[in-house]
Amino acid sequence: MNTLVGTGSLVRLVLRRERIQLPVWILVVSGIVAATASSFASLYPTVQSRQELAASIVNNPSILALSGPAQGLDTIGGMTEWKYGAVACVLVGLMAVFMTVRHTRADEETGRHELLGAGVVGRYAKLTATLIVVFGAGLAYALLIGFALTAQGLPAAGSFAMGLGIGGCVWFFSAVTAVAAQVSSSSRAANGIGGAVIGAAYLLRAAGDSAAEDGPRWLSWLSPIGWSQQMRPFAGERFWVLALFVVISVVLLGVGYALVGRRDIGAGLLPERAGRPSGVFGTFGLAWRLQRGILIGWTVGIVVLAGALGGISQSLKSILDSSPQVAQALQHLGGQQSLVDSFMAAILDVIGLAVSVYAIQAALRLRAEETAFRAEPVLAGSVARLRWAASHLAFALIGSAFLLAVAGTATGLAVGLTNGDVGTQLPRLLGAAMVQVPAVWVLAGIATALFGLLPRLTSLAWAALVVFLLLGQLGSLFQLSQWALDISPFTHLPKLPGGEFTVVPLIWLLVVTAALTLAGLAGFRRRDVG
Amino acid sequence: MTTAISVSGLRKAFGRTQALDGLDLTVTTGEVHGFLGPNGAGKSTTIRVLLGLLRADGGRAELLGGDPWRDATELHRRLAYVPGDVTLWPTLSGGEVIDLLGRLRGGLDPKRRKDLLERFDLDPTKKGRTYSKGNRQKVALVAALASDVELLILDEPTSGLDPLMEEVFRECIARERQDGRTVLLSSHVLAEVEALCDRVSIIRNGKTVESGTLAELRHLTRTSITAELGSPLSGVDTMAGVHDYSAQGNKVQFEVDTAELDAVLRKLTEFGVRSLISQPPTLEQLFLRHYEVSA
Ligand SMILES: Nc1ncnc2c1ncn2[C@@H]1O[C@H](COP(=O)(O)OP(=O)(O)O)[C@@H](O)[C@H]1O
Ligand SMILES: [Mg+2]
Repeated sequence: MNTLVGTGSLVRLVLRRERIQLPVWILVVSGIVAATASSFASLYPTVQSRQELAASIVNNPSILALSGPAQGLDTIGGMTEWKYGAVACVLVGLMAVFMTVRHTRADEETGRHELLGAGVVGRYAKLTATLIVVFGAGLAYALLIGFALTAQGLPAAGSFAMGLGIGGCVWFFSAVTAVAAQVSSSSRAANGIGGAVIGAAYLLRAAGDSAAEDGPRWLSWLSPIGWSQQMRPFAGERFWVLALFVVISVVLLGVGYALVGRRDIGAGLLPERAGRPSGVFGTFGLAWRLQRGILIGWTVGIVVLAGALGGISQSLKSILDSSPQVAQALQHLGGQQSLVDSFMAAILDVIGLAVSVYAIQAALRLRAEETAFRAEPVLAGSVARLRWAASHLAFALIGSAFLLAVAGTATGLAVGLTNGDVGTQLPRLLGAAMVQVPAVWVLAGIATALFGLLPRLTSLAWAALVVFLLLGQLGSLFQLSQWALDISPFTHLPKLPGGEFTVVPLIWLLVVTAALTLAGLAGFRRRDVG
Repeated sequence: MTTAISVSGLRKAFGRTQALDGLDLTVTTGEVHGFLGPNGAGKSTTIRVLLGLLRADGGRAELLGGDPWRDATELHRRLAYVPGDVTLWPTLSGGEVIDLLGRLRGGLDPKRRKDLLERFDLDPTKKGRTYSKGNRQKVALVAALASDVELLILDEPTSGLDPLMEEVFRECIARERQDGRTVLLSSHVLAEVEALCDRVSIIRNGKTVESGTLAELRHLTRTSITAELGSPLSGVDTMAGVHDYSAQGNKVQFEVDTAELDAVLRKLTEFGVRSLISQPPTLEQLFLRHYEVSA
């Protein structure tokens, strides 16, 4: 087939460009699966100890919404899947999206693809080469996780079911992105679509998993993350669910390939519209033009995410109301209100992490503009470096605070309207959301510091976010010492709503943010541009 | 006469690459100065130092009487810059970019903007990502030429333009000179610099090789001549400045130092010239000559 000529060499090119990132992703995610299992094995060595933990989980819909269905919790493997399965699916999903976009749409956008396309390279070769590598990575996850867990003495069927569920998410999200990369003509938008699909997948399964017996439990089946959990690793594996990953991915790929065949290289599906013949705006106006699309997209996403999770909290309440035993059992944990509060606090933690993605993205726009040589003409104008940097950092800081305010308002309204007490819920949840601001800003500060001091290593800001995420999710399980947990700014936030508000840690986080930002700006002032 | 740009002993290294190795450059106010060198010679690096985008490791650089690093913002109000490789914002139209860049350096002349758009035949409503390389370069050129500034810094500005547009560009530069603006024009094409510039500086491997008016550099350039004559040529091979002489019947081929061109051509006409092809000196030959001369 001459439309695939050159795929082999392009596979090698993709592997060459991913030779560090790809192994790091695979080893880190699989390594954490293995470490989680061995932590559970040492913390809950007996079936009885595990059953005690399971009892506190099974009837707590808020924990189910955040992690996943309670199944096989009397086994070490089942606990591992429950604790880390969904998180791993989100992480590998992000890898799949970024990697697929990087070798398809991003290469077209920068014109690199043209250089290759002029060689003996078939129309479908680039997409095929990318998918071969990413799907191969999915398989590598499946095998590595499977072997790592069997090596710890866990049952092989469950181990490989868990691995395949995670690998299946790589396939699904890569296939979705293969379509997104054809539809949109910008790599940023393609990444955005991929990220939004991951968010939706997480939400759908959260809604399904926390639903009551007669509620919309089928929602979990609309989500690939849900599928990975419905394979029931270590709880009576259902390997046929794997067929969903395969069939849906193949269908999506069919769409992607059909679109590649119908469009020009470099173009999206929507025709390019003419712009205005003139327009006057300054440095901040330029930043607004460049950043507004992303901010609007995030605002919509946050409203949906926060509104939906706020709504779920209400279904939790009705489940608790309908089951007096559960309510009684939970009474000693602080009662119903505190249960809903702790769920809302956990949700706001998730939203804080999501908004951190925006903050890093907005701050690193500086580096993106610099490496695309678009900073040069601006800085060759009468624009002080600090002013230019400030124009984008304003979005990282003010934009992320704005998004958290939106999240607080949306959850406040969702909870308040269903309860009929908007007046109390709105300010409570808005306040709780705003508490996240200083922690999110620390990430913007890290991105700024890297931009100013180590511009080649700005992607470490993403690594920092992943580390903070994992510390929050798994830190206590791994019994890490407090100073290790303290590395994450999110550790220091008061648990709101419900917890006690303390202002001192927030001030410290602001001080850290200021120090990082100033160090970054000072570094940028004295370093070379380019 | 005042100096617009004065650079001496400029040094800049990127890791192990010594991009600038003691470079000197002097541009007098009001002149069009050619900045000539092969790819990788350090032209763009010098310009980035002058724009305060890079910090020099050593040497001295002065721009419009100020320090390019310290006084960047004030100096940039008085200059316009066209990068060698123009990248535009994919979602902004060409017209918006022109206005943006104009505003960032203190204003555009709207009449000149309109006139230049026409002369360069540029559609300002297209989005950045839909422009070809040449058209992106035109966007940057229009923005620079329509600005009200003292100094233009142009880094290989014609590399994407077609010959017709190159001609328009030359006319524009001629007008800039009449208006008394200073122009620093970097290029790797000797002929372009010859057509436009009052003085040139030639650099290689980060060092200035030669600097002066083109007339002063004539001693370095050789023109290749291929001619067919009415009768066999004699006496030219021994003339001063003639090199690599070869004759075959009535056809001759040789190179002549450009300084001696007049005398040699006079001699040729004595034999009846039937056809004459002369090739202007190239940058490469000029370097060869330079090293022969200095060796
Ligand atoms: N940012 C950079 N990092 C490393 N090397 C560079 C960088 N910029 C330029 N160089 C090197 O410096 C030398 C001069 O480059 P440049 O000034 O771009 O040349 P020119 O513009 O004359 O073609 C080249 O060897 C180039 O590879
Ligand atoms: Mg250059």
